[in-house]
Amino acid sequence: MATKASRTAARMMISPAVVLLLGWMLVPLSLTIYFSFLRYNLITPGTNPFVGWENYYWFLTDPSFKAAMINTLVLVGGVLLITVVGGILMALLLDQPMWGQGIIRIMVIAPFFVMPTVSGLIWKNMFMNPVNGIFGHIAQGLGVEPISFFSQIPLLSIIFIVSWQWLPFATLILLTALQSLDQEQLEAAEMDGASWISRFFYIMLPHLARSITVVILIQTIFLLSIFAEILVTTNGGPGTSTTNLTYLIYVASLLQFDVGMGSAGGVIAIILANIVAIFLMRMIGKNLDA
Amino acid sequence: MGRIQLSQVSKVFGDVEVIPPLDLDIEDGEFMVFVGPSGCGKSTLLRLIAGLEDVTTGSIVIDGSDATTVPPAKRGLAMVFQSYALYPHMSVRKNIAFPMKMARMPQDEQVRRLEAAAQVLNLTEYLDRRPGQLSGGQRQRVAIGRAIVREPAAFLFDEPLSNLDAALRVGMRLEISELHKRLQTTMVYVTHDQVEAMTMADKIVVLHAGVIEQVGSPLELYRSPQNTFVAGFIGSPKMNFIEGPEAASHDAHTVGIRPEHIDVSSGSGTWTGTVGVSEHLGSDTFFHVTVDELSQLLTVRAGGEVDLHYGDTIHLTPNLDHLHRFDERGLRIS
Amino acid sequence: MARSVKTSRKAVTTLVAGTLGLLMFFPVLWIVILSFKSEGDAIKAPLAVLFSTDWTTESYGAVQARSDYLKHFSNSVVISFGSTFLGLLVAIPAAWAMAFVPGKRTKDVLMWMLSTKMLPPVGVLVPIYLIFRDLGILDSRVGLVFVLMMINLPIIIWMLFTYFREIPGEILEAARMDGASLREEIIHVLTPMAIPGIASTVLLNIILAWNEAFWTLNLTSAKAAPLTAFIASYSSPEGLFYAKLSAASVMAIAPILILGWFSQKQLVRGLTFGAVK
Ligand SMILES: Nc1ncnc2c1ncn2[C@@H]1O[C@H](COP(=O)(O)OP(=O)(O)O)[C@@H](O)[C@H]1O
Ligand SMILES: [Mg+2]
Repeated sequence: MATKASRTAARMMISPAVVLLLGWMLVPLSLTIYFSFLRYNLITPGTNPFVGWENYYWFLTDPSFKAAMINTLVLVGGVLLITVVGGILMALLLDQPMWGQGIIRIMVIAPFFVMPTVSGLIWKNMFMNPVNGIFGHIAQGLGVEPISFFSQIPLLSIIFIVSWQWLPFATLILLTALQSLDQEQLEAAEMDGASWISRFFYIMLPHLARSITVVILIQTIFLLSIFAEILVTTNGGPGTSTTNLTYLIYVASLLQFDVGMGSAGGVIAIILANIVAIFLMRMIGKNLDA
Repeated sequence: MGRIQLSQVSKVFGDVEVIPPLDLDIEDGEFMVFVGPSGCGKSTLLRLIAGLEDVTTGSIVIDGSDATTVPPAKRGLAMVFQSYALYPHMSVRKNIAFPMKMARMPQDEQVRRLEAAAQVLNLTEYLDRRPGQLSGGQRQRVAIGRAIVREPAAFLFDEPLSNLDAALRVGMRLEISELHKRLQTTMVYVTHDQVEAMTMADKIVVLHAGVIEQVGSPLELYRSPQNTFVAGFIGSPKMNFIEGPEAASHDAHTVGIRPEHIDVSSGSGTWTGTVGVSEHLGSDTFFHVTVDELSQLLTVRAGGEVDLHYGDTIHLTPNLDHLHRFDERGLRIS
Repeated sequence: MARSVKTSRKAVTTLVAGTLGLLMFFPVLWIVILSFKSEGDAIKAPLAVLFSTDWTTESYGAVQARSDYLKHFSNSVVISFGSTFLGLLVAIPAAWAMAFVPGKRTKDVLMWMLSTKMLPPVGVLVPIYLIFRDLGILDSRVGLVFVLMMINLPIIIWMLFTYFREIPGEILEAARMDGASLREEIIHVLTPMAIPGIASTVLLNIILAWNEAFWTLNLTSAKAAPLTAFIASYSSPEGLFYAKLSAASVMAIAPILILGWFSQKQLVRGLTFGAVK
């Protein structure tokens, strides 16, 4: 399969992708790094003097940075926990024989097709609005004080909305994996006298390990840059209670027009993402061999 | 025309030399079989000829012109793959016509060749089916059809029968041999099955770890194997090898005697032995006999209806005209 | 006896799964219902909404009149289809090379490509924004098509790679022996054989691009704004007009929901990003 001619061809075939991705990575990246050392604000034009680590200093010592870090971790971790555990349970359920499996599956997948701005808005208004939202109506019906979701439990509300969007994805992947499990293995285990619980822990869960890795990997990539759900619901507030790193940098860059500060934040976000990436890449690197 | 000459051709993958430099001359019209145990480099050699791999050193000359760096399609060779490699999304007709389409052959010529090939291969009724709807043997014939229409200088087959069941295999073996008789085109055929090699080949190349052990007609290989590897590989059941004093008495390090060259008698003979497992094939019976004098197991052939059982004592006499002698390096002593 | 136990168990499973499915689906169902109500009805208690029998399509008209739905819809179509097909053009050759002519570094290259996906968009927001401003392609379809192609390219390459890898190399070699050029090999043999995989890839990436809401929100204002941005403009105070918000939402998600449901098989395959068989 590998003659010199085909290797030359392969190099030519892959080069557009490599060049594009390299450009996409290097050009903005070097600009971000460059800007991060400048005092550069779009509303105060003039020379953009070199200020060394000043932007980093202000960005890192700003209390909202610490808050944003914590919020990011809680948001990603919370959604991963809910979707992975929920996804396993849903997959186990949907793997059982039932009527109308096709329709039920369609209903379960549906949230994945809903764009983030829409899901943010419908949960915020139609469900979580304390006066006219469904949860508000239910609370009134039960005679309890309705919760004001976005002022009392803002981050939790966002975790809930995002989990709703990603649960279908986890469910579907895990269901696909479950369905590929050799039925004879389970039957053999049953013959060996394994209980349902031990069949789950000793056979199903190990079989699902790879897919769980995939779910965590893919979701983490998307969850680290959650943006629209926050933008249309809380704008990062109240205070900084729902500001994640992405949103914090967005505020600095495009709302305060502080290019220098936004870039310093961007560099930090990249470094953090790299730390996560190295960890995740290890996981799929192993899976790629398998 | 289809003469293929390899000189000093070698292939290295990474730092493993799969094929040390070798020379080989395949005559026009010859049915040449590469045979050897799996992993010995047969496919690699075939793919070097096809141009699917580059040679590391050496040159390949096809019909007098150097083809070493010519791309596969321009070498005028057609290949039939082990997995058939049919295009699953195309009908049989389109599969067979594909090489002609790629060559931008005139439409009427395409139709003519397609119909001729379908006729020869009994595929006329199946032209509009997809490969997935065909049996193994039919797929095999489509793959051959795709090769025939190109009217190549030579056909290359890589274990084309190994995915078929035993009965079909015998049938296809005959069909391919017949095809060769009719077309008189050079065929290079790879197999690990020495029976296929013996029954089909004009000339056999026995490969072992990338090295050519011997080249010759089936009977030459059978009658005078040049070393113990060829002796053991060609012929079924395997030749018996005897070392030690018995070999020394024939002035050799090792002597070999085929099962069919040992006479069995219940009365007397050179050796005495005890019958172990026996395999009844109907026409022949093979006995595995533990020989007292040699304290080793020999396989012997007897007629189909010899009545011997496990544990019986028998006498064996080797036919000394058919004794093969080898030296310490395993080479034939003539 | 055994049979009836099975049936009853199946009934319970169906009931539980059906209820969960309905709960997951409920928000979508709910906005469909609300979108056909008058504003006055739409803010009533859920049961009152369900049992009121006044249906109206006025909200749909109002949404189109207020913010020109069709313009945003066509922006979404151009951006999501355009970025996906351009991505495919770049990705098919690259995936071919990695799947069929693997070298020592192929795995590293693939990993590196995937790792560019981990570059947080916010990390390059500022320079991209400024470059686009200077090139005059802020708020343009061209700009967004390019950005979305770039952010989805690693996924497209990865998915195609996993699908191509399942195709036996011998078939491509056969095509080569049959005289196909590289281009013909890819067009006549590889692509048709990989159609299911390519379809899954295309579907998933159209959906990802359709729903992408970081770059589309930050790089557009009016002209090129796709449906994600169109909806964001309902964030307040129009959010309090439930019927109109619902109608707008339904119109934003319906195309993709319908596309998704009609191609469920490919989509389910695609949704696993080619990572689970
Ligand atoms: N592309 C390759 N890269 C590295 N090693 C290879 C490659 N192809 C074949 N080999 C090695 O070369 C040897 C011969 O392989 P092959 O020609 O396929 O044997 P055969 O067809 O006789 O079974 C084997 O040890 C195999 O592992
Ligand atoms: Mg082979």
